[in-house]
Amino acid sequence: MIKCENIFKIYQTAGSDSPVLKNVSFEIKKGEFVAIMGPSGSGKSTLMHILGALDRPTNGKYFLDDKDVFDLSEEEMAKIRSQKIGFVFQSFNLLPRSTVLRNVMLPLIYNSTISKTERENKAKSALQAVSLEEDFWSHLSNQLSGGQMQRVAIARALINDPGIILADEPTGNLDSKTGAIVLDTFKKLNQEHGHTIILITHDKNVAGHARRVIEIRDGEIVSDKIN
Amino acid sequence: MLFTDLFEETMFSMSANKSRSALTILGIVIGIASVIALISVGQGASKGITDRIQSLGTNLLVISPGSQRQAGNIVRGGSGSSQSLTLEDAEAVKTSITDITAVAPTVSSRKQVTTKGQNTNTSIYGIDTSYFGIKNIEVELGVMITEQQIKSRSKVAVLGPTTRDDLFGIDTNPVGQKIRIGSQEFTVIGMTVAKGGTGFGSSDDLIYIPLTTAQQYVTGNQSVSNISVQVTSEDLMSFVQAQIQALLLERHRIVDATQADFSIMNQADMLDTMSSVTDTLTALLAAIAGISLLVGGIGIMNMMLTTVTERTREIGLRKSLGATSQDISNQFLAESISLTFIGGVIGVIVGWTAAWAITKISGTTTVVTTWSVLLAVGISTLVGVVFGYYPSHRAAKLDPIEALRYQ
Repeated sequence: MIKCENIFKIYQTAGSDSPVLKNVSFEIKKGEFVAIMGPSGSGKSTLMHILGALDRPTNGKYFLDDKDVFDLSEEEMAKIRSQKIGFVFQSFNLLPRSTVLRNVMLPLIYNSTISKTERENKAKSALQAVSLEEDFWSHLSNQLSGGQMQRVAIARALINDPGIILADEPTGNLDSKTGAIVLDTFKKLNQEHGHTIILITHDKNVAGHARRVIEIRDGEIVSDKIN
Repeated sequence: MLFTDLFEETMFSMSANKSRSALTILGIVIGIASVIALISVGQGASKGITDRIQSLGTNLLVISPGSQRQAGNIVRGGSGSSQSLTLEDAEAVKTSITDITAVAPTVSSRKQVTTKGQNTNTSIYGIDTSYFGIKNIEVELGVMITEQQIKSRSKVAVLGPTTRDDLFGIDTNPVGQKIRIGSQEFTVIGMTVAKGGTGFGSSDDLIYIPLTTAQQYVTGNQSVSNISVQVTSEDLMSFVQAQIQALLLERHRIVDATQADFSIMNQADMLDTMSSVTDTLTALLAAIAGISLLVGGIGIMNMMLTTVTERTREIGLRKSLGATSQDISNQFLAESISLTFIGGVIGVIVGWTAAWAITKISGTTTVVTTWSVLLAVGISTLVGVVFGYYPSHRAAKLDPIEALRYQ
């Protein structure tokens, strides 16, 4: 599903080149639950942007479903983000003053011509998949707790039924208890629904929930282990 | 992205910041309302003048003396006009030109007119019997000036209703009363029907007296101020005009037509001249109103730029969810166009009301035309596109990674 070959990412800053990713190669198969772990500045966020088709590598090849992302136009990259990737962010990034349902349905406006009721049905099943109680569905997003917000964000990532869910420090803004609920949600989605999940984190304990851990340091993969 | 989704998103983001949207719309409302109201004033002036000229008949030629001033000219109230036209000229036109129905030579002057206890300064028109027919003037009280009175140089006068009001008071019957024009005493024999209007072309504030009487007692010479010629049909205007031109040149012994000591104006020319004046007026008013519209447009741009900055993270999120640059750009453009469109529609209503109020309060004629309404709504929408383009372009060009990091 995902294949990275000798990926380099180099930022040019004031005359000197600073490489962020150096010769990164790995493969992720459909249905895997992978954590990409590394301290801040290790290049893991940059790697996530490349995997999520938000950015292009300076050098090397990135194949998503056997398609070379490097050759794609801006619109095609947007289409990939819409159809194949679901993002979950550390700070949730929900639309304030909007209901839970509206937040979950948001990606559909860029990818769908289905009717309103069908959209709502999709949103409802996504919310059921992340086990958010029905009472909260018509609440405004800013009335929810952090753990609930993150589950709404996961439901939003699920709505287009993407092949890959990319979660960037999804528990970073949560306490350990609610963080655990969120991580369990990912586990459930992976085991019961077969979603491919890529978790980006600096936290060893969080990475421990994944089945495979790729450790990255100074832009290079230092280990790739199965738990 | 579906149009319905775009519409819903636009409504949502506009209602998210109600007071700011309302104030921005207000800027456009003021701009559009002033465009509508001021253009209606210009159009009203134009219509008033056109109507008045047309009511005089479009088959009228007016021969006026040239602008050369002759030595010893004592014609008062007509500075710049020479004494080149005479009653004989009018007579010649009447006898030797075909295709005309009437010829009315006129002597006009401004004089102080007094009666017991009252006085006014007004126009004195020396006319012959054909004048009332040509100008569609009727008498409300008393009688018209007769052929006999013209022949005998009678000191009789027919008043315009406004002059009657000034001299004798409103709703009085002036017939039989005496008035003094200069040093001469005249008897009032009639009053004309009010035609309405003030200023240019008003036939309400003046006094008609027999032509011969005017020449003898008011102007003191044999010249006439102008000669009105009624042509049988509008199609023959240019033909008759050329014939009169040739006749008068010959009579005045002038070889070069450019040296003519008279000019012939037809109503169509007059209409053209007046409409070009009012068109300029309308354009000037529209330009003034356009400035306030421009200010409103800058308000739109200011608000949209603020919105884009405020919603940077949201733009990043939308892009990560699959929105293309076009989707983002459309969203912000739709928002600014909606603001200006709503402003435009409200502005038309407010402007229309203002035009109505202007007519009510000041009596100035105002005309709101379909094209000015369409123009206003069109311009306001265009303002939305023009002033929304840069902010929406800026939103679309945001790098999603940077935008998501934005605090």
